[in-house]
Amino acid sequence: MQCHYACRTGEHGIHRRTLLSAAGGLLGAASLGGFVMQNPAVADQLRSGCKRILNIFLHGGVSQFESWDPKPGTDTGGPFRAIPTSVPGVHICELLPHTAKQMHHLTLLRSLNTHNNDHGRGVVEMTTGHKQLPGSAYPHVGALAAKMLAPEDFALPGNVLIRSAGPASNPAAYLGARYASVVMNNGQPPAFTSRPESLSLASDQRRNQLRSQAHDRFARRRRTADTDAYTYSFDQAQDLLSRRQVFEVDQEPQADQDRYAVSEFGRHCLLARRLLEHDVPFVQINHSNYDTHYENFDFHIEQLGEFDQPFSMLIEDLAERGLLESTLVCVMSEFGRTPRINSRYGRDHWGKSWSIALGGCGIQAGGVVGKTNDNGTEVVADEVDHGHLFHTLLQAVGIDSFQELDIAGRIFPIADPAKVPIKELLA
Amino acid sequence: MSEQNQKPKAIDPESTHLLKEVACGRPLTTCCWDPQGRYLLFGAEDFDLHRYDLQADTVQPLSHHDSWVRAIACTPDGSSVISGGYDGRLVWWPLSDQEPKHERSVDAHTGWIRAVVISPDAQTVATCGNDRLVKLWDVATGELKSSLSGHEHHVYNIGFHPTGSFLYSCDLHGHIMQWDLAPDSEGRGEELLRAEGLHIYDKSFRADIGGARTMVVHPEGDLLALGGITKVTNAFAGVGHAVMILVNLRTGEVQQTCIPQSPPNGSTWGTAYHPDGFWITAVGGSGGGWFYFWNGREEHESFKLKLKSEARAMAMSPDGRSLAVGHADRHLRMYALYEESGK
Repeated sequence: MQCHYACRTGEHGIHRRTLLSAAGGLLGAASLGGFVMQNPAVADQLRSGCKRILNIFLHGGVSQFESWDPKPGTDTGGPFRAIPTSVPGVHICELLPHTAKQMHHLTLLRSLNTHNNDHGRGVVEMTTGHKQLPGSAYPHVGALAAKMLAPEDFALPGNVLIRSAGPASNPAAYLGARYASVVMNNGQPPAFTSRPESLSLASDQRRNQLRSQAHDRFARRRRTADTDAYTYSFDQAQDLLSRRQVFEVDQEPQADQDRYAVSEFGRHCLLARRLLEHDVPFVQINHSNYDTHYENFDFHIEQLGEFDQPFSMLIEDLAERGLLESTLVCVMSEFGRTPRINSRYGRDHWGKSWSIALGGCGIQAGGVVGKTNDNGTEVVADEVDHGHLFHTLLQAVGIDSFQELDIAGRIFPIADPAKVPIKELLA
Repeated sequence: MSEQNQKPKAIDPESTHLLKEVACGRPLTTCCWDPQGRYLLFGAEDFDLHRYDLQADTVQPLSHHDSWVRAIACTPDGSSVISGGYDGRLVWWPLSDQEPKHERSVDAHTGWIRAVVISPDAQTVATCGNDRLVKLWDVATGELKSSLSGHEHHVYNIGFHPTGSFLYSCDLHGHIMQWDLAPDSEGRGEELLRAEGLHIYDKSFRADIGGARTMVVHPEGDLLALGGITKVTNAFAGVGHAVMILVNLRTGEVQQTCIPQSPPNGSTWGTAYHPDGFWITAVGGSGGGWFYFWNGREEHESFKLKLKSEARAMAMSPDGRSLAVGHADRHLRMYALYEESGK
């Protein structure tokens, strides 16, 4: 980048990517107390090609008994049966008959002990890999993926959240707002990405032309990192406007729209497929809600009934299109649910022994890692937590999870340095 | 049970008291009295149908289901009991055998069976379930007589009209269907009404809650009583009020909505009409377990009684003198509807 800043010092000789990150810091990371800078060496670090992450977050805490680790016939097992899957010897709950047919693409992690029963903390710890502590904030896995996986000139947002409920953002913390999530509420394209009807194209062009003239005149004499950041913001907005159709699920073939039209979650899965096909490095779909303190079994029929078919179609589609090899898929929650069935047919919060599913890029396919005891009250083999999982997610897509970022002189390990990847999960 | 051998005392809801409790291994899911009053049948959070012999004071597990037992019905002559499970299986048992072995098993529904009832003429057993179907079976042969479709959601409960000419069903969304069982009607169904009070879509949790957890047709055939949960403000915590809705079967309109004066959070899980002219409901939820007594003409109860634990099912004895309740605290309890001995 050729640049002549007003102060004419060499300190501004930073990489464009760094600059953009800094701009994000200005906009969104004021809590760090200053201008967010990063080590240029880091900016040039890992470019993992077109690897992507799809994270499906089942908010409220899906029951492991009614999903990935059924215990039929035990005092904790509930009324549902276990069914065989496409992987011999691996059974999952009968509420997931479609997913069972795709199990050869997935691997189950049945030994999570996250020592946490709190929703907010669970969301943070599962998606940042760090223990939540007062005054600390770590980037969401989506923000790291956006930073580490997106090509230099990637015109689309790198961290997209498709939601109808659940947390409204995937925060970037010290990485800055550039890497925070662009949110597609109810699957709608990001806000303000279309020209208002009251504004004609000609008027809009004249308005931008005026802005450019003013900006250029100012930049000739008083160019700063700030002004470049603003310029980038406008450029990104223009890119986004020109590629708005990427976010429009109705651009997909009608047959696919019909296939996925079984539920709102289905439409969100199709949208996720579209975004991944356009190489968006991180897409998260929130599916809500699983916080079933009352009538857990009825509600899991309802919620997993929405989840099962679209999810299995998405896995199958990604596999058929050759995208699964480069797309890591993770289905997580903030925790699981109690083995004990309460007096209202409910299950409560449980972080001591629960499960998630993973598949795709960098993950062993068709396996099971970890084990709980006969009635699911304890992990009996390969116990891990969110910290181990976070390392694994990053390593699976080729990111060195032990690296550190230098942010304005502070060193931030991107994953908990006390934890290691779950090698049994990695391909 | 010695009280039963004494001179019968007058039925008095306000004298209702605990008569007997039976410890069970797991929380109960349903219960049913046999027509001769010899046994109590119950389901629990295990895979067995349980037969409690009142005289011998013993519980015998009957195994054939592959999931919890959800619903039980006995033939009027007391010869057979038919159980329906969360496995979708309908199982016939000889009720009085010393070691009952299942006589017949039918994979009746895809998904849960939620209710099993036997027609007044004892020829037909009706079932309903999560496959949105109501099905009629020959009691004697187990053959499917009819499969009635029309509901768009899980069918929660069913009840025969005392004449046997109609069957009523209610689904998760409170849609009540009336099925014409006359020989030439081919099971034609029409919606009687939608009991709006029995359903809500919780926008926060993005899920439906509702349905008739109990259903009883008045012996004279003019009223349909539906029990469930209403005014739900938090579906996933079960924050809502137990309710009984009385539907006038002649007009197809709600005649009376009965809600406790100080409603506890929970659902109505048992309903009975007593021959002395009052309704009884059993409630379970985070507000505990309760009996409520209603005259059916007023919104609020005439009497209530706190129970030891949340009720999950209730059945009235054939003589109308006792109530059996399946509780969440792993107990089957019997309550007398008359004054306690010594008082």
